[in-house]
Amino acid sequence: MANKHVNAIVVGSGAGGGVVAKELSVAGMSVVLFERGGWAKYDDHDQDELFSQRTTVLGNAYGPDNIRYKRVRMWSEGEKTIVLPNEGGYGNNAACVGSGTVSYGAMAWRFMPEDFKMKSTYGHVEGTTLEDWPISYEDLEPCYEKAEWEIGVAGDDSLNPFAPPRKKPQPMPPFEHNKEAQLLEVTAKRLGWHPFPIPMLRNSIPYGGRPQCYRIRGCVGFACPVNAKCGTHNTVIPVAIATGNCELRTHCVVSEINVDDSGKITGVTYFDEKNKKQTQTADIVVVAGSATETARLLLNSKSSFFPTGIGNENDWVGRNLQDHAYCGANGIFDHDIYDDKGPGASIAISDFNHHNPGIVGGGVICNEFNALPYLFTGIRPPGAARWGAEHKKFQRENYKRIGRAQGPYQELPTFDGRVDVDNTVKDFWGIPVCRLSGKASIKDADGTAFMADKAEKWLLEAGAIQTWKTGVVTGERPVGGGQHQAGTCRMGNDPKTSVCDKYGRVHSTPNVFVADGSLHVTNGGFNPALTIMALGYWVGGYIAGEWLKGNRFK
Amino acid sequence: MDETIYSRRKFIKTLSIGVGSLLLLPRCTFSKASDWRFFTNEEGALVDAIVEQIIPTDEWPGAKYAMVTNFIDKQLVGPYTRHQEIYRNSLSAIQIACKKAFSKKFEELAWDEQTDFLVSLEKNEIATKVLDKSVANGNPIRDADKAIIENWLKSNFFSLIRNHTMQGFYGSPRHGGNYKFVSYRMIGLDPYPIMGQNRYKASSNGQ
Repeated sequence: MANKHVNAIVVGSGAGGGVVAKELSVAGMSVVLFERGGWAKYDDHDQDELFSQRTTVLGNAYGPDNIRYKRVRMWSEGEKTIVLPNEGGYGNNAACVGSGTVSYGAMAWRFMPEDFKMKSTYGHVEGTTLEDWPISYEDLEPCYEKAEWEIGVAGDDSLNPFAPPRKKPQPMPPFEHNKEAQLLEVTAKRLGWHPFPIPMLRNSIPYGGRPQCYRIRGCVGFACPVNAKCGTHNTVIPVAIATGNCELRTHCVVSEINVDDSGKITGVTYFDEKNKKQTQTADIVVVAGSATETARLLLNSKSSFFPTGIGNENDWVGRNLQDHAYCGANGIFDHDIYDDKGPGASIAISDFNHHNPGIVGGGVICNEFNALPYLFTGIRPPGAARWGAEHKKFQRENYKRIGRAQGPYQELPTFDGRVDVDNTVKDFWGIPVCRLSGKASIKDADGTAFMADKAEKWLLEAGAIQTWKTGVVTGERPVGGGQHQAGTCRMGNDPKTSVCDKYGRVHSTPNVFVADGSLHVTNGGFNPALTIMALGYWVGGYIAGEWLKGNRFK
Repeated sequence: MDETIYSRRKFIKTLSIGVGSLLLLPRCTFSKASDWRFFTNEEGALVDAIVEQIIPTDEWPGAKYAMVTNFIDKQLVGPYTRHQEIYRNSLSAIQIACKKAFSKKFEELAWDEQTDFLVSLEKNEIATKVLDKSVANGNPIRDADKAIIENWLKSNFFSLIRNHTMQGFYGSPRHGGNYKFVSYRMIGLDPYPIMGQNRYKASSNGQ
């Protein structure tokens, strides 16, 4: 039986797609929301470090699984490697309702005004595709506010002098600092810096009909056992379903956007939960599958009207793949600074996010999420024993004595760092897989060294007896594409150098939209989840508004 | 003739006793060659010795007590099926090398000799060392064994078993290692507080 025609298809139920589905269905549009996974349950994974979304040695807790999915990595020119979803280099955004927002660390950052104007602020940087966004912080500000209030954020930006202007405070008070953060707070102030509590998509008080967070150590990488972490799965998606206008179709893998004989985009082809090929027609298709999967879907949608894939007329789909260059420092103290108050990450400074002499951009520096015991086995100063009695002793003596400060340095985009598809390698459903190739910018070396230096200074001032830097870029490295992946369907005003317009519509189509991190022109010096949610409101709000005015995007 | 008949009778009698005994013995003695899922008993003993070197017993129990070998064995027929080949061949290469270089099994070497062996394995130097030593001893290794040593006695196997040992010792007990949360107790971590219920009863100090 053929599926009933709907107004809109949304592909992907993560930070972007979940929000779009809600915006459209609340406006009265009929929506089918496709998700390749199912509902994630905390009880399936407990506090099992080896099978989580952060440490994935025994598999990704919330998908994708190793049996049906794979990718191609070109670690260097001509060196083709098949990578499985739980292996480094795959970029394992979760395959479940809510995607990464179920198991993320839940930092709730607004990008700064400069992050939308990187080229105007820093000029052209050789070897990069640094560019301004076609929208400004002021344009996105109301969408940030909606994301904070509808999904739920605990924080107090008034404590951060570098925070961008806002009209309304965050809806929940910030979390109290853990022991490590208390120490780092006093220290940062002594250094003349401006520490503040990290804004979190986590309930510091009961909110949205869900309870308050009880601060377990195993937070990042896991679904919350008490549902205190705020994602799209427990906020906007239930709202969308409750309207009666939105059908969530789980365990469905969208393989192609369909184009008819006249060049009109009519809907999508997908494999249903029984792996049966199906068609769903719609007036509008919104793609929100993450920077890698969105690019893959557009590139796999080839027809005589779009011979190289939808939106790819100028070979820009999949390019400018960005991640973050995580860098910072670790320090050992001579007393316990760990008090088992999860998730660990608690305090931040934004003093070094922009306008650092000689550095393009920068990033926020935070104390790090708790390393669970297995992850901690790899955290050692240079030259320390990697095994044996000494390694075990270090583990026992220093698990509670380590301070870690690091942050997401804003990687500069490159034209060669990209996603495309490998037609010779197919997944379980026979769909050509993502191929990640190219190099990240070597310019990141200065910025990461600068940030790691500040992080180390922070820990030393706090009394660390031994410190070492992490994540400093020292040479050429393959492009990232991890959970912070972004940039592959860049928005812009010029169709020749971007894929989508300022509302996320693919330039060369009237009715295909992108609503996820793919739109990011640059990726900010922050974890990107709240910005992706805000873009969901931006794109979804635009479509719904136009629809109500009678625009059918033909 | 008499002798033949006697023998025949004796044979049948012995046989019936034998069958009777067979029925009385536990079945596994005959139906199962190994106590493990993937490892042979010999491999299991070797892995026990290696993982105990990686996380030795001190004032707290080591990897053997934590059942790390059980963890690895379990994963090798699960998520780590793809590592079966390297385990089988590398473990065999280690025993061939020990036999040639020390005329002993790895687990029979003195503690420090075992450590030295693994340090050389980690540095990717052990294959050359063993082959040189066997030539010096006038006990050259036959080509088949030489190939196994050259192909499988490498640092990548050490990294693999090192990582798997850490996982088995410090990961969740539900995968067959970290017996009785031994590593959590060593670090001084309580098992996770689960709101409304306390699923684990292990205490945070002492055994």
